[in-house]
Amino acid sequence: MKRSWIVGAALVAVAAGLLSWGYVSREHNSGENITAVGSTALQPLVEAAGEDYAGKHEGIFINVQGGGTGTGLAQVQSGAVDLGNSDMFAEEKDGIDAKKLVDHKVAVVGIAPMINKDAGVKNLTQAQLIDIFTGKVKNWKEVGGKDMPIVLVNRVEGSGTRATFEKFGLKGAKSADAQEQDSSGMARSIVSTTPGAVSYAAFAYLDKSITVPTLNGQKATSENVENGNWPIWSYEHIYTKGQPKGEVKAFLDSIMSNHIQKTLVPHLGYISIHDMNVERDENGHMTKAK
Amino acid sequence: MIKPKTADKIATGVLYAIAGIVILILAALLGYILIQGVPHLSWHFLTAPATAFTAGGGIGIQLFNSLYLLLITMLLSFPIALGAGIYLNEYANPKSKITGLVRMTIEILSSLPSVVVGLFGFLLFVVQFKLGFSILSGAIALTFFNLPLLTRSIEDALATVPNLQREAGAALGLSRWETVGHVILPAALPSIVTGVVLSAGRVFGEAAALIYTAGQSAPALNFTDWNPFNISSPLNIMRPAETLAVHIWKINSEGIMPDATAVSAGSSAVLIIVVLLFNFLARYLSSYLYKRLTSTK
Amino acid sequence: MDEIRESLLKKSKSAKKDQFGRIISFAALALIVVVVISIFYFVASKGLATFFTDHVNLWSFLTGSEWAPGQVDDHGQPLAGAAPMIVGSFLVTLLAALIATPFAIGTAVFMTEISPKRGAKILGPVTELLVGIPSVVYGFIGLSVIVPFMRTVFGGSGFGILSGAMVLFVMILPTVTSMTVDTLRAVPRHYRESALALGATRWQMIYKVILRGATPGILTASVFGMARAFGEALAVQMVIGNAALMPQNLVSPASTLTSVLTQGIGNTVMGSLENNALWSLALILLLMSLVFNLAIRAIAKKGAM
Repeated sequence: MKRSWIVGAALVAVAAGLLSWGYVSREHNSGENITAVGSTALQPLVEAAGEDYAGKHEGIFINVQGGGTGTGLAQVQSGAVDLGNSDMFAEEKDGIDAKKLVDHKVAVVGIAPMINKDAGVKNLTQAQLIDIFTGKVKNWKEVGGKDMPIVLVNRVEGSGTRATFEKFGLKGAKSADAQEQDSSGMARSIVSTTPGAVSYAAFAYLDKSITVPTLNGQKATSENVENGNWPIWSYEHIYTKGQPKGEVKAFLDSIMSNHIQKTLVPHLGYISIHDMNVERDENGHMTKAK
Repeated sequence: MIKPKTADKIATGVLYAIAGIVILILAALLGYILIQGVPHLSWHFLTAPATAFTAGGGIGIQLFNSLYLLLITMLLSFPIALGAGIYLNEYANPKSKITGLVRMTIEILSSLPSVVVGLFGFLLFVVQFKLGFSILSGAIALTFFNLPLLTRSIEDALATVPNLQREAGAALGLSRWETVGHVILPAALPSIVTGVVLSAGRVFGEAAALIYTAGQSAPALNFTDWNPFNISSPLNIMRPAETLAVHIWKINSEGIMPDATAVSAGSSAVLIIVVLLFNFLARYLSSYLYKRLTSTK
Repeated sequence: MDEIRESLLKKSKSAKKDQFGRIISFAALALIVVVVISIFYFVASKGLATFFTDHVNLWSFLTGSEWAPGQVDDHGQPLAGAAPMIVGSFLVTLLAALIATPFAIGTAVFMTEISPKRGAKILGPVTELLVGIPSVVYGFIGLSVIVPFMRTVFGGSGFGILSGAMVLFVMILPTVTSMTVDTLRAVPRHYRESALALGATRWQMIYKVILRGATPGILTASVFGMARAFGEALAVQMVIGNAALMPQNLVSPASTLTSVLTQGIGNTVMGSLENNALWSLALILLLMSLVFNLAIRAIAKKGAM
């Protein structure tokens, strides 16, 4: 009985000693920690840019988490995190006081409808697209495809992709109630395996397993987005509470630098903010870029 | 009217069929996961860091994170569950209403959807207590998730020890606490170990509770730096840590690397293999301890 | 004399140790209770805000069939009708329990009465392994095997309540089975012996004696499985289709409380009506697990008499 007490005490002492030795001898540069939370669509870009930045700046640590646009905006507004990643303008989100936040548009993301290959539809007009998603058209043969019922696959209410698609793809119309998926990857795999399914996703997720139709004769390409010919796109925003300072500002500047915008941004399937020939405000008005 | 003998034969046949179907379901599940995933496994896959948008990423950091998070979670939850299990089985009055109420709250905690536990952990520990997205926050959330199961299995293990042993302890003039420590716990050890290892399997596969607490990013680690206070050290408990289960969830929902399906299949296979190992370990340890402690062969 | 008197009046060393142990173990239990209460308080305060702060009518919340909390109807009331999710959750849960219970009884009878040796060697580990498979993995298997299967058999998209119930069936099977095994083992041995002595066949003994005696236990097991199924999120979410529509049949997309909760929580802002409405769903989940627990208790009480 007594011996076990001694052994226990010795173990605790050794553990405490190791811990304090570790604390004393820790590297003193584990200094600044920048935390970004929010949109899962923007997460890979900020993560990659963060790794790039941390690699060049000793002692800076950039911590990027998902959690969704709503979480990102709410947490940056409350001051819990430094950066809030968002797929939409803060003005569009309920419960957010956009005046307190400063917007940094870091990239543009194009969004396109995607159709199951068996439907046999390769071209759509925007009116047809609206009819399909509002439930007016229920069979692919009505828009020039095969005799096959249309299966709508929506994104979750409140997701940035859905908001952008309804605003610019459906010209503000609400899409009919249908099944919902909470991620782009899942929506794509469902469209590719379900006969007659149709959904939408960011350009980065489009691949050969699905058909991407032309819209009013325009192809879903980065060039068409840059020139304003492809209407369905949105900015990727990073919000800060008040004007950024110090390391946070330096990090945001590095994301905007040519180095990141020319390499990482296109690699990840976004469109560089510097390549845009048009710009848009929070109400959706498009103007020529200055 | 069917003759009783015929009915007996039919029923036996049906029961064999049901047992066969259950085994078949498991075999199909395991076979499916392993056949899809094992071809992608390699030493490189198991040790390399993950990549965001190029092919050829591995799961080294995620695998380490999963195991480390599991260790911390067990360190936190085992003592609490052990204490609670001892109180419920040895001290509490089994007939009192309050004990019933406490048991019920524990049951409710176990049927809570893990995403609610995760969000609770996020708002309280990550934001309020400023622990940030970290292994510590994740371990606390997983502790909440793990406690009811572990408490229940420890309580059950203690309950299987016959009362004769407690009476023998009391007859020797030992206090109840000493009886528990020297007689009951050693006797119940084999089943406690089984319970712990099996609950470890569940913790290992949990994703929803970790998305908002331990986070979904796995910063690069420096495996030569073992000082737990350095940010890039694998032992640091204040760093964000994406686990294997979260990684599977993430690449399937938002992954844009070209080999996402392969990575996810491979990761699922690794996850299943580790859980299988836990199961075999539980069986082996439990029978080994049983032999050691009772000297039966 | 005084020494003896003193030693009798003072607490002995053992009693002190006992006190110490009692306090330590009680503290651990108290900690768990505190955690549960704080989670309860947290969910309740957020979930009730929908009704008290945002003034959503409780009745229309429970019976309304349109779920779009961000929008308002013609009367300016938010469209927060949770009925489709409540119905979806119940249907999935009941169906899963309905399929799982016969399988669980069959497996348990096999393990205890027909072939205890093989039962312990093969089926025991098999059911434990089924517990260990993570729900993410169940979800992906459901998505790549069950959904296409449903599609070829019933047409449509394959997503729906039936797919969800199939996945849940496999997930709760081990729990229900192992609990049923425990109740069957608890049936006293002399019941079996007397039945056989009366000339009953094995099946008659199982059917007329053992299963009758174990009915309350089996019911408890299946309610317990339902409680598990009700709270499961990730796996169901992947196969049910997540359409907040009143289910028309078993093979069209529907949704459950957990699936809507998991999907929406990241896209809403803390404190807004959309977010509070989701917490109200979480509150319903909590209350339901309370109901399931009360049911288990009631059954156990009846069985004990």
